[in-house]
This record gives sequence, C-alpha cells and structure tokens, in this order.
Amino acid sequence: MSKLKKAIQDIHLSDVSQKGQRGRGRGEAGSGAEISLHPLAYLLVTFFYLLLVVSFSKYDLSGLLSMVLYLLILGIGREIRLREALRHTWPVLLLVSMVGIANPFVEREICWQWGEVGISYGIISMLTLMLKGIFCVMASYLLVMGTGMEGICLGLRSLHLPKELVAVVFLIYRYLIVLLKEAERMVLAYKLRAPGQKGIHFKVWGSFLGLLLLRSMDRAQTVYESMLLRGYQGEIRGREFRGSKGRSVAYVCLWAVALFFLRVVPVFELVGALLP
Amino acid sequence: MHMADALVAPAVAGTMYVCSGAAMGYSIKKVRLANEPKKIPVMGVMGAFVFASQMINFTIPGTGSSGHLCGGMMLSAILGPEAGFLTMFGVLLVQCLLFADGGLLALGCNVWNMAFYGCFLGAMVLWKLFMKKGMTRKKIIGASVAGCVLTLQLGAFSVALETLASGVTELPFGVFVAAMQPIHLAIGLVEGLITAAVLVFIYEARPELLWGSENFLAEEKREGRMSYKGTVGVLLAAAIVIGGLVSLAASSKPDGLEWSMERIAKTAELEAEGRAYEAAGKVQETTALLPDYGWKNSSSATGTSFSGILGGSLVIGLCVFACYLLRFFRGREKKE
Repeated sequence: MSKLKKAIQDIHLSDVSQKGQRGRGRGEAGSGAEISLHPLAYLLVTFFYLLLVVSFSKYDLSGLLSMVLYLLILGIGREIRLREALRHTWPVLLLVSMVGIANPFVEREICWQWGEVGISYGIISMLTLMLKGIFCVMASYLLVMGTGMEGICLGLRSLHLPKELVAVVFLIYRYLIVLLKEAERMVLAYKLRAPGQKGIHFKVWGSFLGLLLLRSMDRAQTVYESMLLRGYQGEIRGREFRGSKGRSVAYVCLWAVALFFLRVVPVFELVGALLP
Repeated sequence: MHMADALVAPAVAGTMYVCSGAAMGYSIKKVRLANEPKKIPVMGVMGAFVFASQMINFTIPGTGSSGHLCGGMMLSAILGPEAGFLTMFGVLLVQCLLFADGGLLALGCNVWNMAFYGCFLGAMVLWKLFMKKGMTRKKIIGASVAGCVLTLQLGAFSVALETLASGVTELPFGVFVAAMQPIHLAIGLVEGLITAAVLVFIYEARPELLWGSENFLAEEKREGRMSYKGTVGVLLAAAIVIGGLVSLAASSKPDGLEWSMERIAKTAELEAEGRAYEAAGKVQETTALLPDYGWKNSSSATGTSFSGILGGSLVIGLCVFACYLLRFFRGREKKE
C-alpha cells in the first residue's frame, strides 16, 4: 500500500519541517526572521498569491512566469526543499493536463513562430494552465511546511471561523497519523494472510473497514474523556502567537505590493527587452 | 473529483466559497443547537478515519482496478448531515494542504461538489427517505448505493459547470459532461457498495451508531416490551384464568400464617372480644359480597371462581389508579 506509506511519510515530513521552523524561531539555527510572524499573515499572503495566479489570462504565459519569484524567495528563505514541493505537483499536473489536453487541438492558430516550429494558442493556454496548477500547489505546500497545520488552525481562528470547525480540522490532523498507522497495520496483517492478492477482497470490505471504524469510535470516546480531564470546555487551544503584530502586518503589506507589481508589470518581458 | 486551483477563475471560486459558507453557517448553527460537546472529538476522529480509509485500495472483482469508500455518505450516515458536512470540510482542507488533493482557492468548489451533495442530499433526502419506516440491511444497501451514485453524478456535473464557467478548457460542455458522467457512475457504484458493506457491518455490530437509529431502536424496544393496551389485556386475561380457573384448584389446607397460628394457638382464627370487634364484625358481614371467596350462604364452585375474577380485577384497577396518581404528582413536581 504505497498510498498509505506515502501519506504517513508526508505527515512526518510536515511535522519535522514545523519543528525545524519552531527551533529556528527559538534561535537554535538559521535566521528565523519569519517565524515570529502570525500564521494569518502567511495564510493571507498565500491566498492573495493564489488569487493573482489564477487571474492571469490563459495566453499570458510570460506574465505568469514572473510569479515563480515568490516561490523561489519563500522556498529559499525558509529552507524548504522545492524539489519535494515539485513532487507534490504531479497529481495536479495529471488532472490539469486532462482538462487542458483539448486546447492544442481546438485552438490551432499560430501565435509564435520560431523558424519552422509554430506554437499555437492552444499550446500556450495548455502550458499556462499547467503552470498555474504547479504554482498553486507549490504555494500551498510552502504554506503548510512553513506554518504547519497548527499554525493554519490558529490563523483560521483569527479569521473568526467557528471554533467547532477549527477544532475538527485540528483533531483530524492530530489523529490522522494514528489512524493511518492503524490502517497500515491492518493492511499488513491482511497481506500476510492473503499473499499475492492485490487490494482487499470484496468479501471482507465491510468487516475490514467496519472494524477500523469501530476502533475509531472507541478512540474518539477515549479522546473525549482525556480532553475533559484536561479541562476541555468547547475550545481546543493550540499554539499561541507570541510574535510581533506590526511585523506581521508589514509582511502582508510588502508581499501584497510586490505580488501586485508582479501581476501588473510584465517583469520578465521588460528584462528581456533590456537584453541586447 | 478534487478540483485544482488552476481550474477555477477567481469569480467562480468566490461564488462557491459563498455557497459553501452558507451551508457551513447552517451546519454550525445546527451543531451548536444540538449542544453535544462529545460530538466534536467524534467528528475529528471520524474525519481522520475517512481519510485513512480512503488510502486503502479495495479490489473490484473482475476489473483489476480498485476503489474506496464515499466519505460524505459515510459520515452523514453516522454523524448526521450537519456534523458530517463540517467533518468533510475538515477532511478536504487537510487533503488540499497536506496532499495537494484539490486546492485552497478551489476549496469552496470542492466542499460544494463533494460535501454538500454527499451530506445534505445523501443524508437529508435519500437516507431519510429510505429509513422512513425503519432500518434494514436492504434499505441501508439501497440508500448507500443510490446516495453515492446520485451525489457523485451531481458533483461531477458541478465540476463540469464550474470548469466551463472558469473558461479554462476549450472542450465543449457536452463533450466534457459526456466524459465526466459515465466514469463517475461506475465510481459511484463501487463507492456505494463499499460504503454499504461498512454500514451494514455497523448495523449488525452496533446499530446505535447509525444516524436516526435511535427512533427505530426505541420502536423495536417498544415492540419487544409490548404496548400499554397489550399489557393491560394480558394482565386481565391472566387475572381471569388464575382467578376463575386456577382458584378452583386452590388448596383447602391452611396458608403459611394460618399454619403457624394453628401450631401456636391451636386455631386458625383468633377470637377477638369486645364491643368494637363485634361492631366491626357485623359491618364486615353485611358488606362482604363474597365472604371466604364464595357467594353468601353458598359453597358452590361458581362462587369461588367469581370471587377470584372480581378480586383480581379490583387489584389491577387499584394498581392502575395508583400508577396514574403517581404520574400526576410527578408531573406537578416537574412543572414546579
């Protein structure tokens, strides 16, 4: 079950990344200039970036390319492996390609000729779509790796999202790894009993997942009891923000201006025009 | 069916955020009204369960491919539509952030396409409709399969509409829909069967976990316990049988108290002396309809039988009256 293993690996990676960020925040390593910012600041900037990326027209490939600068600056600044981020993009690429595959066949008008090779509008629109997909996934990945799910929950709470909703997201994240590991154990036990069989046989669909569900419900009961013992009164308290609010506001404003500039001004075209 | 950010235009994303937000607001209101703090951890753990279970591949016989269960329908069948919807939102948010399954900007679309149809239409319309007159295995299978197929079809159609409105594909709408719907019909069928298998297992193992089962379980209990009229009828019949027929076979030998009195005082009935005793004895003689369980001045079997029936009825009547009296006073106490 590579899917299960991959999911567990991804969560571990995110946890390690968060701990690294927190460590740097305490001055253990690196500059850590950004970790003292409120998670809401990251959330808002990411959302603004996503909005700007998808707002590019389907033929504005060069304009869209300039948005890569944000990803590079953030990835390098926070020491997040961009190669890992790229690994996450392939399922989206597959989906986006499926939707955009018809474009080169429908829009055949040539928009750019290079020698004998002609690039049609359809190809440009398909490439734009694919780039949009890659950029959006990478931006979300950088957000999670930099802020962590707990940080995102804090950000959502700051946006005055209902506490019940944030608590559910928080708990899903907390218990995801536990249940994934439990599922992995069950699958392994099944595979050992039924060697050479692909997937779970339909005769045991119900009992297999049903047992996992019953175990989950029992676990939920234990979780609730332990929450009560720790003084749960309807709200789950996660990480608390102790950094500077002024710096967070400045971070949002600076990135908003920079991103807007990248959206409006064709930076890559201008630089290209300066070249001899 | 998770839509990526690249597939939606900002206007479409915003519109869908508003629509999903409205459904979320309604769900939050309902969950708060229910006031069940215990439900929040259950929702969280169930969300994690759906996530984990979707990572397991279930072999589809004869095809070589695999499928997974339908999250929305499953959650609603256990948590109810509102709590299920909120849990699905959590699952979709974690999916898009951690596993790049869907996008942050397209979250509104994904919540609508998967959670809204799955939870509200699947549970509020189909599940309720199927379970209207009780819960059975067949009904659970029917509701799960119909729910998954219908909600997935609607979700796939919405994906096509949203993509078309965003203007990202040159595919004609008809072609896009024709490509989306049949594949999701097959997926819906498989997901429905897996969901049905799990829900049937839960129904057999712990039916109280299923949404709406409290009504049918209570009904089942009531049926098991017998109705009020039935109870009174049985008691009356028992009184007639015991009082009228079994009393004929009543022993002529003394009962426990009479036996011990005979041993101590050498007589079963103590003679009381005094005016008060004499007066009370006279009153009893005049009013006693059936002295010593028989007609006055008669020792026939019918007399004994009739006295048994009448006595039994009187006792039952007194019991019922006492119960009503107790209920009346309890009601008054509650009101106060």
